[in-house]
Amino acid sequence: MPPSDTEVGALVADHALEFPGGYTRSVGPVIGRFLTELRDGRLVGVRTASGGVLFPPLEYDDDGEAVTGEFVEVGPDATVQTYAWVPRPLPGHPFDRPFAWALIKPDGADTALLHALDLGEFEPGAKQPKTLRTGLRVRPKWRATRTGGITDIECFRPEVTMIGAPSRVEYRLSAGKALTRFLTGIAEGRFLGHRCGVCGKVYVPMKGLCPVDGVPTTEEVEVPDTGTVTTYAVNNIPDPRAPAVPFVSAYILLDGSDIAMLALVAGIPADQVRMGLRVKAAWKPREEWGRTMENITWFEPTGEPDVPFEDIQDYV
Amino acid sequence: MNTAVVAFAQTEHTGEDSGLTEVELLAPVITAIKERTGLSRFGFTCSGSLDYLAGAPFSFVSALDAVGAWPPISESHVEMDAAWALYEAWVRLQHGDIDTALVYGFGKTSQPGRGGGVRHNTGLRALMTLQLDPYYLAPLGVDQVSLAALQARAVLEGGHKEDDLRAVAARSREAGRGNPYALDLPEPGDEDYEVVPLRPYDCPPVTDGAAAIVLATGDRARELCETPAWIRGIDHRIEAHSPGARDLSRSESAALAGEKAGARGVEIAELHAQFSHEELILRDALGLSDDVRINPSGGALAANPMMATGLIRIGEAASYVHRGQARRTLGHASSGPCLQQNLVCVLEA
Repeated sequence: MPPSDTEVGALVADHALEFPGGYTRSVGPVIGRFLTELRDGRLVGVRTASGGVLFPPLEYDDDGEAVTGEFVEVGPDATVQTYAWVPRPLPGHPFDRPFAWALIKPDGADTALLHALDLGEFEPGAKQPKTLRTGLRVRPKWRATRTGGITDIECFRPEVTMIGAPSRVEYRLSAGKALTRFLTGIAEGRFLGHRCGVCGKVYVPMKGLCPVDGVPTTEEVEVPDTGTVTTYAVNNIPDPRAPAVPFVSAYILLDGSDIAMLALVAGIPADQVRMGLRVKAAWKPREEWGRTMENITWFEPTGEPDVPFEDIQDYV
Repeated sequence: MNTAVVAFAQTEHTGEDSGLTEVELLAPVITAIKERTGLSRFGFTCSGSLDYLAGAPFSFVSALDAVGAWPPISESHVEMDAAWALYEAWVRLQHGDIDTALVYGFGKTSQPGRGGGVRHNTGLRALMTLQLDPYYLAPLGVDQVSLAALQARAVLEGGHKEDDLRAVAARSREAGRGNPYALDLPEPGDEDYEVVPLRPYDCPPVTDGAAAIVLATGDRARELCETPAWIRGIDHRIEAHSPGARDLSRSESAALAGEKAGARGVEIAELHAQFSHEELILRDALGLSDDVRINPSGGALAANPMMATGLIRIGEAASYVHRGQARRTLGHASSGPCLQQNLVCVLEA
């Protein structure tokens, strides 16, 4: 790049310092043995005069004593001693996505190797994952083509401690007589239920029997699509049916019914939903209706005054 | 041979390239220290710098232009922080045939990196990979901040909190704002991690600058300075290069250097802690109690003109003695990844 003027008026220019092709370095018998074993897929340390295993091997231990000529296979299982999470890698780093550096001590060694630790795919700037900790058990990931360098190990990876277990079976289910009748009502924009001939309670949807009295029910009643929130939960896990996170799922006691039904509540901030809130079903456009509860996207506040707790306490 | 720091000078360090070459940065400092001592020739001259910062081989030789080397002078250079140049000069003075020495160091960390490393220290981070062993470490591309973060994690696992690191950074920056030679850096803010667990304020700022010290022995020291800062002990120790071969949560080399140099009973310690967690390690290693004032200058976290930063610690420690602010002080310098090498200099009125 040609020189250019800076604000202070001094000339500046880009400059690179390079030894093309890199230096040729002798590795000697100790490091050379390590790199040869590494190329062939093995980790070896060297026995020190005091009996320890220095890994990766060096000619002298930290007491300044020459090491023995005995090489000892270590690992591949290894333990993380300390670590550093890199949220934004630099150009010279082994990954272009977040990763960790770690001091890694293979089983059977007394000292540790510095290397990269791959914990999976992360967005740039990602927070340090909880799985990263001292004591994490890891193994090397070998490169397919190895040349006898420390990067013959591509990185280390955690031991497998969990798997995903796919689980799926298929059915063809019948809704049954009572539910079919209820959903047929929903397809017409009506809430249908049964009144028990013994206790007089109205069940929406109907089951065709009264669970209190254990008798069949046949008297059909229609109730309006307005009701009262008896209790609710604020959900923070996204759901395709919900408008956003957080959303509210609530038990709604339809007017004239004696049993609350579970539905979404929207059209009001999650932290303003309350017991006793008056709501009304929000229906999809009529042309989209079918024999399904999906006809109702959710319930929304009507703006009427709240129902006092005493009036709903038996239904909570 | 009783040897003392009799004069100290430094640039007003900048956090960006001011458009001066290293020689142009250094020359006014040499001029100032010559004026202050009235000396124009020294028995020995020794400097510390790093050619890789300028990207030019033998750049330290051009720096001699600032000293004036004709007729030929007795001179040496270390490719290390100039604190080690001071050590060499101290050893040279022990021969007793000369009685003065000039020591200087300089560095521009604004230069490494494509387009300059001023805004972020990425150029310097990558450059420092070149100081690592070429077999096991350099090929990985592990940078300066990543290595420091490994050590910081070891310190945190030893019982410290990230807030302890922030407190070191906050105190250093506050002190730096009160030091006209250091950078004017704000209170640590809500900054994202550079490499976890280190945030940008835990790391040294990009800094350009230079510093010089004059040493003198015996009566010559008393002539040149009203209150010479006598070197009562100076020692440096090194440990294994590989960070995996030592316990990163402590510094045996700093502890040993401190013991040999007599790091006891000091009132002020200037520690060459480039990262905030390094100060915690060094306090422990040197046995500095809570009543010892640490880095009233702001230290390396407030200004890090590399290769002069360690020398400045000794210069600052000597200045407290010169000004009568303390009777016994300590200057420390470090070198290599994760505090591999440590130098301790104990000074006394």
